[in-house]
Amino acid sequence: MDAVEQIPVKEPNPTSKRKTDNSLSRILKFSAVRMVSLIVSVVIAIFLTILIANMGGYVDRIRLGEIREGVMQFVNNNQAYRTLSNDERIAKADELVATKAHAQGLDRPLLVRTIAYMKSAMTLDFGQALQMTSNSGSKQVRLIVLERLPPTLLLWGTSGFLLFFVELFVALSISRKYGSFLDKLVVAMAPFSTTPAWFFGIFLILIFASFFHLLPFGGMVDAPVPETFLGYTLSLLKHMILPVMALTLSSTFLRIYQWRTFFLIYSSEDYVDMAKAKGLTSRDIERRYIMRPTLPNIITAFALTLIGLWIGGPILETVFNWPGLGRAFYQAVQFYDTPVILAETVIYAYLLVITVFLLEYIYALVDPRVKIGDGGGIKT
Amino acid sequence: MKQLKNSFRELLRYPSAVVSMVIILLMVGFSIYTMIALPYKEAVRLWRGSEDDWYRYPKQAAPAWLNYFYAKKQPLSFYLSSQEGTAAKTIETNTLGGSNVTITNTFDYQYDDFPQEVVLYFYSKYTEKKPMASILWTKPDGSEVNLASYSLKSTDAYRISQDERLARILKVEEPIYSLFGDPNATTPTPLKGTYTVVTSIILFETDSTVESDFVLHGNLYGLAGTDFMRRDLMIALMWGMPIALAFGLLAAVGTTFTTLVIAAIGTWYGGWVDELIQRITEINSVLPFLPILIMIGTFYSRSIWLILGATIALSIFGLGIKNYRAVFLQIKEMPYIEAARSYGASDGRIIVRYLTPRVIPMLIPQLVTLVPGYVFLEAALAVLGLGDPFLPTWGKVINDARSNGALFEGSYYWVLEPAVLLLITGLAFALLGFALDRIFNPRLRGV
Repeated sequence: MDAVEQIPVKEPNPTSKRKTDNSLSRILKFSAVRMVSLIVSVVIAIFLTILIANMGGYVDRIRLGEIREGVMQFVNNNQAYRTLSNDERIAKADELVATKAHAQGLDRPLLVRTIAYMKSAMTLDFGQALQMTSNSGSKQVRLIVLERLPPTLLLWGTSGFLLFFVELFVALSISRKYGSFLDKLVVAMAPFSTTPAWFFGIFLILIFASFFHLLPFGGMVDAPVPETFLGYTLSLLKHMILPVMALTLSSTFLRIYQWRTFFLIYSSEDYVDMAKAKGLTSRDIERRYIMRPTLPNIITAFALTLIGLWIGGPILETVFNWPGLGRAFYQAVQFYDTPVILAETVIYAYLLVITVFLLEYIYALVDPRVKIGDGGGIKT
Repeated sequence: MKQLKNSFRELLRYPSAVVSMVIILLMVGFSIYTMIALPYKEAVRLWRGSEDDWYRYPKQAAPAWLNYFYAKKQPLSFYLSSQEGTAAKTIETNTLGGSNVTITNTFDYQYDDFPQEVVLYFYSKYTEKKPMASILWTKPDGSEVNLASYSLKSTDAYRISQDERLARILKVEEPIYSLFGDPNATTPTPLKGTYTVVTSIILFETDSTVESDFVLHGNLYGLAGTDFMRRDLMIALMWGMPIALAFGLLAAVGTTFTTLVIAAIGTWYGGWVDELIQRITEINSVLPFLPILIMIGTFYSRSIWLILGATIALSIFGLGIKNYRAVFLQIKEMPYIEAARSYGASDGRIIVRYLTPRVIPMLIPQLVTLVPGYVFLEAALAVLGLGDPFLPTWGKVINDARSNGALFEGSYYWVLEPAVLLLITGLAFALLGFALDRIFNPRLRGV
C-alpha cells in the first residue's frame, strides 16, 4: 500500500485518428510482451518448484522403491512363479519393475522427467496423488483439491472479504475524524496486529476452548456431523468463530491504520481542500476526491486478498485443524506427495499471474492518468 | 551522523519507543547473559538429554511462583542426596564382614496437596552379594510404614506409586495418598509436618558402598516449570531469546540490505541488468513463500541456519525492490550524483557512497518492522514441527506443548511462557518500528 508513483501525463496527440491507431497497436504490443514475460516467469517458477518438490529426483527414487516393493510382493505371492528359481524370479521382478518404471516415465533422465512433470502440471493435468486421498477415497489430485477448496473459501473468503470492506470503510471514516478516540485506539493497537493469526489462534484456543470450554478446539463441524441443515450451519459457525477472531485480531488494526494513513495523505491534497471550500458534503468528498484517486491501490489490495485465499494459511489451518487447502499442502509435503504440492503451487502461480495481467488493464480503466504500455505507473 | 543523533533525540519523545528500546536492550543483555551462563553446547546437550539428566525433575510441573496465587499450596519438587550431604548417612561395620549403612532423609512438608511421586534411587557397588535395603517411612504424627525390604541392583530406583505390594498392604489405590494423608480427615488432605524416611542398608562385602537420592516430584518446579520429558523449560526460554533475536535481526538485516544494494545496482546500470532484476522479482513473486519454506524444512534440513538462508534468498527479490527502485530513479537524476560522476567517481563508489545512504532513513523503520515477522516465522515453522532439531526455541516449546495436549490438560504455563515472550519480542520491535517510521518519514508526521 505504498504511495502511488509519479505518473507521467502524456501530451494528447494532435490528430485523434492517429491516436486510436497508436493506442491499439501500443496496447496489443504491450499485451503480447507482457504475456510472454509472465508466462516465462511462471515456467521458471514452476520448474524451480518441481526441482524442490522432487528433491532433485529423490521423490522419484522413493516411487521406484515403492514399485519394486509391490512387484516383489506380487512375484513372491504369485502361484505361476512358484516353480522358478530365485534368480529367475528376481530377473522376472526386474523386468516388471522396468516396465512399470517406463510406464510412469521414471527411467528417463531427471531433466526430461522434470520437463514432463512441468508440461502436465502447466496444462492442469495433475494426475494421481501418491499418498493422499480425498474423503470419497479417490486419488485424483483434482478431486482432492476440489474437496479442500470449499472449507478454505468459506473461512478465508468470508473473513477476507468481510474484513477487507470493514477495514476500508472504518479507515475512511477515521481518516475524516483525525485525532478522535477511535483514531487513537487504532494507532495504539496497530503494533499488536504484527502478530500473526495462528499465534492469536493459540491464545484464543487456550482461553475459549481450554479454559472456558465455550467453543471447540478446532475442526470444521462437530462429530458426529449434524443431520439437519440448520444444525450443520450452526455447528460450522461455532467452529468458525475462533479462526475468524484470530484473523481479525492479527490484521484489522494494522490495515485500518495503513489505509487511514494512506487516505490522510490523499485528503491533504489541494483539490480536497478545494472541494471542501466549494461546500460539498463529506460523503461526496470521500467518494469523489479521496476514494477515486486511490482506487488502483484499493483494487490491488483486493486482488491480492483474492489470491491469498488460494493457499490460505497452512499454519492457521493446522492450528485450528481446518480441513482446507493450506493444511492439505502441509500434509502433502509431509507425505512427499509431489503431485498435490505441484497442483497447489501451479494454480497459485496462474491465479497470481492472471491477476497481475488483468490489473494493468483495470488500472487503465479506472485511472485516466494511467496508459497501458506507457512504462510508468503500473505496478505488479 | 548528526541527523541520526537528532532522530534519536526525537525518538526519546515517544514513550512507546522508549519502552520498546528498554525491552530490546534488556533482551540483548539477557541473551548475552544466557550465552555466558549456559553455553550453547551445554544447552543443546541438556535439551536433548535423557532420563539421566532429568530424573530429579518432576514431569510437566508448573512454575513454583504460581503458589503465590493458589489458595491450595502445591508441593514443590526437591531432592535429598547422601552424596551431597543433604541426607544424613551413618556407617557401622557389621559382623558379616560388611557394614550397616543408615541413610536418613528428613523433610518438612507444608503443602495442601499430594506430590506426583516419591522415588528413592540407590547406587551401590558390590562384587557378588547384593546389598539389602529396607525403607521405613515415618509420618509427622509418629506412625510408621515399612515401605519395602529388598536386595538392590547396582543402580536401583524404588517408586512408591508403582509399588503394588505396598498398595495392597495399605489397602489403597495410590500409596502416596496414604503415606502423606491425614488419617482423621474426611477428604484426602496431606498431613503437614516433618517426615522421615530411613533406609537401612546391609552391605555384605568390605569394599561395598551405597549412596542414595531421595526425590520428591512435586507439582511445581523452578521459575519456568518442566515439560513432558521432565526438562527444565528455563533452558528453552533462555536460549529461545538469543535465537529469536538472531534469527529476526539477521533475516531483517540480510534481506533489507541486499534488496537495497540490488535495487541500487539495477537502477544505476539500467538496461539489461535492471530488466533481469525485474524479471527475477517477478519469478520470485510467483513462488509461494511459506509453502517453499515448508518444503525446504521437510525435504532437506530443519537447521535454523538453512531456513534463515532460504528466507533471505526468497525475500531478496521481494516487493521491496520496487519501492527502492522508485526512490532511486528520482535520486539518480539529482545534481550531486552528476557532480560525483563528473569528478570521475566509479560506479561502485556512486552506488555505495552516494546512492544507498540516501534511502537509509526509509530503510531503518522498515528493517525494524520486519523483525517481528521473522521472529514469528521461525516460531511458525517450529509449530508445524519444522523447528531446528537441536536448538531449544520458543516455537519448539509451543509445538511440544500443543502436540502433548497441554491445552487439553490445562498445562497453560507450558504454552503461555514461550508465547508471552514471543509476543513481547514482537511487540517491542513493532512499537519501535512504528515510532521510527513517524520520525523518518515526515510525510506521516502528525498524521
